[in-house]
Amino acid sequence: MRASKVMVADVTFVADLSGALFWQEQRLLIVSDLHLEKGSSFATRGVLLPPYDTVATLGRLAAVIARHDPRMVIALGDSFHDRDAHERLSAPDREALSAMQARRDWIWISGNHDPALPSDLGGVVASEVAIGPIAFRHEPTGAAGEIAGHLHPKARVATRGRSMERRCFASDGERAVMPAFGAYTGGLSIRDPAFAKIFPTQGLMAHVLGDNRLHAIAASRCY
Amino acid sequence: MPSPDPLPFTPLETAALLPDRFRRWFAARGWLPREHQLALLAKASDDRSALLIAPTGAGKTLAGFLPTLVELSSPAASKGGGEKSLISTGRGVKRTGGLHTLYISPLKALAVDIARNLETPIAEMALPVKVETRTGDTPVSRRQRQRRYPPDILLTTPEQLALLLSSDDAPFLFSSLKRIVLDELHALVTSKRGDLLSLGLARLWRLAPEMRAIGLSATVAEPESLARFLVPQRDGKETAADIVVAGGAAAPVVEMLDTKERLPWAGHTARHALGEMYDLIKRNKTTLIFVNTRSQAEMLFQDFWRMNDDGLAIALHHGSLDVAQRRKVEDAMAAGKLRGVVCTSSLDLGIDWGDIDLVINVGAPKGASRLMQRIGRANHRLDEPSRAVLIPANRFEVLECRVAIDAIAENAQDTPPLRTGALDVLAQHVLGCACGEPFLSDELYEEVLTAAPYASLTRTDFDDVVDFVATGGYALKTYERFARIKQDKQRRWRVTNPRVRQSYRLNVGTIVEEAMLKVKLVRGRGGGAGATGMIGRGGRMLGEIEEYFIEGLVAGDTFVFGGEIVRYEALVEDQVYVSRANDKDAKVPSYMGGKFPLSTYLAERVRKLLDDRRQWNALPEQVRDWLSLQRNFSLVPAVRELLVETFPRGNKYYFVCYPFEGRLAHQTLGMLLTRRMERARVRPLGFVANEYALAVWGLGDMSFMIRHGKLNLAALFAPDMLGDDLEAWLAESALMKRTFRNCALISGLIPRRFTGEEKSRRQVLFSTDLVYDVLRKHQADHVLLRAARADAAAGLLDLKRLGDMLSRIQGRITHRELEHVSPLAVPVMLEIGRESVYGEAADELLAEAADELVKEAMG
Repeated sequence: MRASKVMVADVTFVADLSGALFWQEQRLLIVSDLHLEKGSSFATRGVLLPPYDTVATLGRLAAVIARHDPRMVIALGDSFHDRDAHERLSAPDREALSAMQARRDWIWISGNHDPALPSDLGGVVASEVAIGPIAFRHEPTGAAGEIAGHLHPKARVATRGRSMERRCFASDGERAVMPAFGAYTGGLSIRDPAFAKIFPTQGLMAHVLGDNRLHAIAASRCY
Repeated sequence: MPSPDPLPFTPLETAALLPDRFRRWFAARGWLPREHQLALLAKASDDRSALLIAPTGAGKTLAGFLPTLVELSSPAASKGGGEKSLISTGRGVKRTGGLHTLYISPLKALAVDIARNLETPIAEMALPVKVETRTGDTPVSRRQRQRRYPPDILLTTPEQLALLLSSDDAPFLFSSLKRIVLDELHALVTSKRGDLLSLGLARLWRLAPEMRAIGLSATVAEPESLARFLVPQRDGKETAADIVVAGGAAAPVVEMLDTKERLPWAGHTARHALGEMYDLIKRNKTTLIFVNTRSQAEMLFQDFWRMNDDGLAIALHHGSLDVAQRRKVEDAMAAGKLRGVVCTSSLDLGIDWGDIDLVINVGAPKGASRLMQRIGRANHRLDEPSRAVLIPANRFEVLECRVAIDAIAENAQDTPPLRTGALDVLAQHVLGCACGEPFLSDELYEEVLTAAPYASLTRTDFDDVVDFVATGGYALKTYERFARIKQDKQRRWRVTNPRVRQSYRLNVGTIVEEAMLKVKLVRGRGGGAGATGMIGRGGRMLGEIEEYFIEGLVAGDTFVFGGEIVRYEALVEDQVYVSRANDKDAKVPSYMGGKFPLSTYLAERVRKLLDDRRQWNALPEQVRDWLSLQRNFSLVPAVRELLVETFPRGNKYYFVCYPFEGRLAHQTLGMLLTRRMERARVRPLGFVANEYALAVWGLGDMSFMIRHGKLNLAALFAPDMLGDDLEAWLAESALMKRTFRNCALISGLIPRRFTGEEKSRRQVLFSTDLVYDVLRKHQADHVLLRAARADAAAGLLDLKRLGDMLSRIQGRITHRELEHVSPLAVPVMLEIGRESVYGEAADELLAEAADELVKEAMG
């Protein structure tokens, strides 16, 4: 099972093992928190992380786009790690991005890391988008029918003295927070109070990204 | 082994070596200078470096310092007529009068203790010698003063030496250095700290060509190779320091407890012998009880506590306890107030505490030399034998104890061979060098080659490390403008900005501590797991515990800590809240296995013992019976033979083999075997490894498959499993990620501490797992991945040992198809469920969590 279903306000989404969300009827693909050029961002501060994170992230994005062939892609904010990050994109990475944008609509939602994206990146820049009953924005507000990113949810599961931590979708059926898609993005535990503010109900589920399938686990079972 | 000094020194020779005031001082204390103390003086006067091999209590430390004290006591030898003057030069201040002797110890407590001990002879002989210590605890003001006005003798640690060497003051401090004394050298050289120290030595040899070294060591297997550490290696030729062996120690008296109780089949607690151990403590003045892991110490201490009707003063000592708590125990011990101390390797090294008349070693000795060093903690007077009792916790450990006792009687040693220097440590050192005076690659390469662990470093590896330090060493050259070090017009490498220097200083050292959490005892919620309500806040700190252990717990799980059974309540920031539990047994076992696997040498002896029936007579009756049963039911394997047993049990099929190569090598073997079995459609479900054996279980009938040639054992154990299968597994292995993390931190790729603030360890700056995944995919031959690979091979995976075993058993695999479990298999079978089952299948674990939920939901 490479994917599983996630409901938000009566719309059924397919949660992809890569961390992307697909809306079949709309042929809409959503990814969040790519944090492109995070490696080089650290390098400017003397921490010389391997400069391959952008190519790795774009490679995975290209694969999931090839799989679903969406009509539209929404990048749900923090697509670039800092304000100047897009200027550091290498020429091949820029081309790879353009190739993905060809023949489809592309919306960059701005996030706190990339509040002002230039127009030459291709696609459209917006602060939020509403499609049908669903609102797409970077920072979650807790409104019903909302799909957001920003928090990088992850879940830790423990049994019999062993534990495992993975990225996850957080959803209670009314709203969802997407996992971060970027190669160098860490995470925040789904048990952090930040999630309780957004998900007022008891029914919060973590759709955990396993190696070969997704697992739906109650957030109360996670750490 | 080199023989002890052949001839005693004549009085005339003694007089020439030892000045009058020293002889009078010895006489006043009723002492005679020992042979090896004089021998070290003779080496010093011949201008030779020396390795002193001596048991504990042989006056080793005094021997190491005598040459320095003698030299400094004669006015002619003191530097610049004893005046320290300041001469201003262009660059800051040029001064005369640096250090004379540097002493390096693995423990800062030991350095402080030695300084105290040195004060006595210095004061009593009124020697004009100033001694100071420098550790992480030394106040900044004193550290600054030490750099301007250094003492004659400075006692410090490898990390502090690295820091001093990276400072502008290094040439001033060290160019006058005459001697370096390296204490507990046998312990230092087995880790990356030894690598760092060796690079520091190489630097010192360049700054102070006249410096000679004295190494102080316990007995080791290869003294000649250890002696190479002490002198510069040049031109590919091996050179070594002279070796001095202190003789005269009485042979220790070591016995194995011949228990009246039933010997357990498995387990590590030795609970069956509690009463007998308690009696031993009662009959002796002070007993040290060594166990292999922290959790064993916890459990044993708790057991003693329950049965302590005589109110004996028994204490607990291990590395995770609160420091204040440990000091209290140590002080009580020094004052002779304790009857027993249950301890881990936290007391393997270190300061002497008066009269310990018995050492009890619980569980597997693991290695003969290690055991000998522990036993040496008893009775620090040379002329009386140390006494020790070994308590095997299960039947296999009886065999191990037996051969360890034999090995000690033969004075056989099994310390590991000298390390090959690690590249991540070299990276740290290269940055440290650039923080001091700028360097030329050619010159630094030549210098590094003089360090014994790096004597065969290739120029390519060296250049890759320098490239890594400069710009990360990436094939994609995008970081030139962010370089940490750059070449100037003379092609000398220098740091590009002060921030780099600051970051180096904050991150120096090779000890990567497990992330630890503080454990706080609070009042429970009552009502057991899942109950809601406030958790009491106030409470006592019990100590620290590894974060990865806590991550495996769910609220309500019980485990042993701080000498009691506690219930895990919650994790609040970096504190683990626990409450007192009344359960008799902890739910979650915390036996992680000792840090060290069974030594190759003892393993070989155990196999020989099994193979030689005449030797069985020296074993307790219960163990003889066990082995006889095995012989009748299955087979007792010959020395070079690998026995494989298969049998059904419940609705599963089991596969047990007995390589005797230690837990680490067995875990690696288990990972690789199960991959192959999966391909052979055996459908393996899991495996468990202990020091002697490996058990795999699955859904396929392995007996049937072997009988019908569907599972070929020779092919299953073919050494080529260390090729592609290993690569494929390593790529995803959590062990590999953990190893990479250490390399990333030590090499400085990811800072442990950022300027100014120390990050709380829970908010690690950056997940090294993410870096590992990306780097492996995009530059698999990167120098850090090579470093991690080398570490894993020698450490957690024990690849060399596994490889040796696979070639040893080729053509010698014997299969026994059995109806049910064999006597020899019982111990490892009993580990199932007790030890955490190995395997890294994420989906199974996640699915299990999801299934449990379904069960819950269905009521």
